[in-house]
Amino acid sequence: MSIATAETGIMGGIAAKFRTCPATGLKVDLAAQSLIKANAVAAVVFLLVGGVFGLMVALTRWPAVHLLPSDWFYLVLTAHGLDVLLLWIIFFEMAVLYFASSVLLNCRLAAPKVAWAAFGLMLFGGLMTNVAVLQGDSSVMFTSYVPMKAEPHFYLGLILFAVGALLGTIVFFGTLVIAKEEQTYEGSVPLVTFGAIVAAIIAVFTLASGAIILVPTFLWSVGYISHIDSVMYKVIWWGMGHSSQQINMAAQVSIWYAIAAITVGAKPLSEKVSRTAFFLYILFLQLASAHHLLVEPGLSAEWRIFNTSYALYLAVLGSMIHGMTLPGAIEAAQRRNGYMNGVFEWLRKAPWGNPAFSGMFLSLTLFGFLGGISGVVLGTEQINLMLHNTIYVPGHFHATVVCGTTLAFMAMTYLVLPLIFQREVIWPKLAKIQPYLFGLGAAGISLFMMGAGTLGVSRRHWDITFSDAAVSFDYPATAFLMMGLNGVFAVVASLGGALYILITVGTVLFGKKVDSKNIVAALGPMPQRQVSSAIKEYGSAGTWNLPGTYILVSVFFVSFVLYYFVNWKYLSEIWPLG
Amino acid sequence: MAITSPEERIWWNERIERGELIWIAIAFCWGIIMFSMMVYWHIEGNQNFSNEAYRISPKVFEQRTEEFTKKFTVREDENTGYPVAKPPAGGDVYMLARLWEWWPMLELEKGQTYRLHLSSLDWQHGFSLQPIGINLQVHPGIEHVVTLTPTQSGTFGVICNEFCGQGHHQMVGRINVVEPGKSQ
Repeated sequence: MSIATAETGIMGGIAAKFRTCPATGLKVDLAAQSLIKANAVAAVVFLLVGGVFGLMVALTRWPAVHLLPSDWFYLVLTAHGLDVLLLWIIFFEMAVLYFASSVLLNCRLAAPKVAWAAFGLMLFGGLMTNVAVLQGDSSVMFTSYVPMKAEPHFYLGLILFAVGALLGTIVFFGTLVIAKEEQTYEGSVPLVTFGAIVAAIIAVFTLASGAIILVPTFLWSVGYISHIDSVMYKVIWWGMGHSSQQINMAAQVSIWYAIAAITVGAKPLSEKVSRTAFFLYILFLQLASAHHLLVEPGLSAEWRIFNTSYALYLAVLGSMIHGMTLPGAIEAAQRRNGYMNGVFEWLRKAPWGNPAFSGMFLSLTLFGFLGGISGVVLGTEQINLMLHNTIYVPGHFHATVVCGTTLAFMAMTYLVLPLIFQREVIWPKLAKIQPYLFGLGAAGISLFMMGAGTLGVSRRHWDITFSDAAVSFDYPATAFLMMGLNGVFAVVASLGGALYILITVGTVLFGKKVDSKNIVAALGPMPQRQVSSAIKEYGSAGTWNLPGTYILVSVFFVSFVLYYFVNWKYLSEIWPLG
Repeated sequence: MAITSPEERIWWNERIERGELIWIAIAFCWGIIMFSMMVYWHIEGNQNFSNEAYRISPKVFEQRTEEFTKKFTVREDENTGYPVAKPPAGGDVYMLARLWEWWPMLELEKGQTYRLHLSSLDWQHGFSLQPIGINLQVHPGIEHVVTLTPTQSGTFGVICNEFCGQGHHQMVGRINVVEPGKSQ
């Protein structure tokens, strides 16, 4: 922390220590800055731990390698889900919430002590559950479906973590209130903050669902409650489990907008449309609990269809809108930057050497094509019959959570390092290739897991040769090939992940200090602005013609429709059932 | 920019450009189509998830499956000694899941429709009929009845695809489908 540049002054109504950001002129509350750093560091540590577990899982599922014995495999798989899906992502999201409220709104953070308590609870809870898993008697998978039972401290750790995250969310809302009260910004909050508000609202719903189901499950594990209904458990657990992925969704879309704004000067094509698309998430995303309940006995078809489709695919509508307005905003900005030749000059001459930009664009594209389309297909009531609990499911969510969320967070890190940690990224050449390496690996794992899943390979399964089973079964040779390729790409993704951690840790420890002279250079290569001439030819920023974006979304839409109906055709060929 | 407050304070009155409106309309209509496909398939399609389910105690389900197996066992599997039950065409069929087996093995006739009763005696299990690709979740305490019509003959595996503890990967069952009037 650079106390040297810090001033003590009235920031809002209360005295707070702040520094002035040399790039933006924003006042950065030092308490918020420390909290952003702490949460980001915790996130990266859990990414490292969870990532190593993930590599071990993939190497075990690579039939030729088959690294771990079965008991270790199930243990490590449980820990992998916990550390990356929950801890890495939620810690990073806390950093995003503090950034989007305190920093972007130029406001002091509400109740920093409460925010530290939140951080402490999350860390303590996360460690407790990790200990429970590593002790070996809680290999119940991240989902811990009853009546399979874990040790009480497995659930208790999760509960403490959730309480901590909820406290952090309250600090975020408190900061919004202060900013409004003390008029630290004019008009409406920025779009990125709006997206963060959406993420936080969904987080409250998610954490409440978690508490509603995990508290009784904890009491059941210590013997105070005799029975937890297994279907009810899933309905509510997935109110947390799937909805927490929707926090990621809102957070990552916010990050896409933020990176596009910082690196190429993109502004939303229409504030109204982008904000409405975010608002659709609040209204409908929570219904996705049903995605995990499409083949559970005892739930009606009406319930399944309504919920799995987010009413009428209205949350998908939100994502499809962002899927167009983001490239659209980038195209419009790049055309203003002077890249007006042809249909795709704006894209060719985008700052591909800037890891923040390349990571963001890869995240957006891979999320849309691999994660989004597969998610809608998988969540179609009848098609789910073919794919439920196959490794297609992890294939899908690695496309959303790894290609989408994790890559977006990595990209954002390349801006957070100079802006918040005030360090120049070390090894810029390696940083330049990191998003490509990680994106390639993550896309490979997603695709090959989905491929193996369509061939029926089960998820969470130690041995697809069934060598210890009394009854034999043979998967096709292609399935083995796919699982091998999944292992190869997991190694590539791990290299990309390791590089990210080395660069991040190295930068924090040894990076050159950033000041007003080198701050802009530290944000990575960006297009030369040629705003004046571009505006003359294109009229005001509001009038636009975006042929490149129209082509991109058309390709997306055609892929979506074809893939969707191909799966209906496959479905029509399986045995009739009802 | 997206990280600063909107330049136009009254942004909700701004006109939405045509290109954006067209895309929203396309995406909305596509959502309606996808929603309708699920409803349509319930009316016209042959592959739907059965809504028929009952609360049942695991003991009672075990008893019924044992009675069913006793009545219809035609032989024991050569390699494993599992009973192979061949119920009359079109009848009720039972299969139970427990740590870590599917019991008994079944022999069905191609082209006949059966009512398959599934339940678990302990934890949750996943009924994954391969290589056909029919996946159903099996819960303890719930008897799920699925109407099933095999359209191919051969030997099919029932893989457990819901994690159920340390023996999960050993849990494989079998369904044989034979031409009508024949046996294996």
